[in-house]
Amino acid sequence: MDKTNTSNTLSPNKWIDDYADYLFNYAITRVNNSDIAKDLVQETFFAGLKSAKNFQGKSTERTWLVSILKRKVIDYYRKINSKKGQAEVRMSFYDDGENEGNWIEEHVPQSWTSEVEKNIENNELKSQLDQCIDKLPEKYAMVFRMKTIHEFDTKEICKELNITPSNLWVIIHRARTQLRNCMEKNWFNK
Amino acid sequence: MFKKIKITCDKATTYCDKVQYGEASVKEIILLNIHLLTCKICHLYSKQNKTMSRIYKLKSNSCQIKNECLTSRDKQELKKKFKQFK
Repeated sequence: MDKTNTSNTLSPNKWIDDYADYLFNYAITRVNNSDIAKDLVQETFFAGLKSAKNFQGKSTERTWLVSILKRKVIDYYRKINSKKGQAEVRMSFYDDGENEGNWIEEHVPQSWTSEVEKNIENNELKSQLDQCIDKLPEKYAMVFRMKTIHEFDTKEICKELNITPSNLWVIIHRARTQLRNCMEKNWFNK
Repeated sequence: MFKKIKITCDKATTYCDKVQYGEASVKEIILLNIHLLTCKICHLYSKQNKTMSRIYKLKSNSCQIKNECLTSRDKQELKKKFKQFK
């Protein structure tokens, strides 16, 4: 049953019961951290209350709250994107000089053991993958998860995070090369 | 002519990643395949990339089943803070 309010008045007293889970789910598929997702939901409710007078009833109450949460997610992405001193992704290619675009020797893919295909559904492999994703800088992990694990459209991610498709592919490419390397060292050739 | 079809390993593997999502253009696929004919390293990357995509897909399938919810304690706490905020 859709409990969304379609009138032009808001019912803040019912927000937490009606929308907290939905908004939490929305947030966690983007930020992948329960505490951060809870904070974003809380900030969304507070911001909703502050700007309640701007609600014109053109959309449902839930859609209106999601639009506030979307802005909170962008703010969060900008924050992690501009964090000074944050670990950069480990580059696999030379980015200047005569070798520009060539593989850096220590990141050159190595052959994997022949057991790879047999163990692909192994739960320990999944947990190793989680550990490798956690080693990515937050920005890369966020975009990678949205695109690959949650299978969002490129357009949708670009719109939500206010980035260009070429930005997105650079991030995805760097994330995937680092993940491949991490899995090779910790799983495939351990 | 040769310069036009020659791409770096960085570019080739970027196109290879786009292929995994079905989002590479025809031109990118052609340039990638030409590169793969002469580059053993990227050829290996490309092969392993398919395995990585299968692993990601399995992970993705197991993640999409669960629906995350807040606990009732979380909600009570949120209600308390919300009341104070009002």
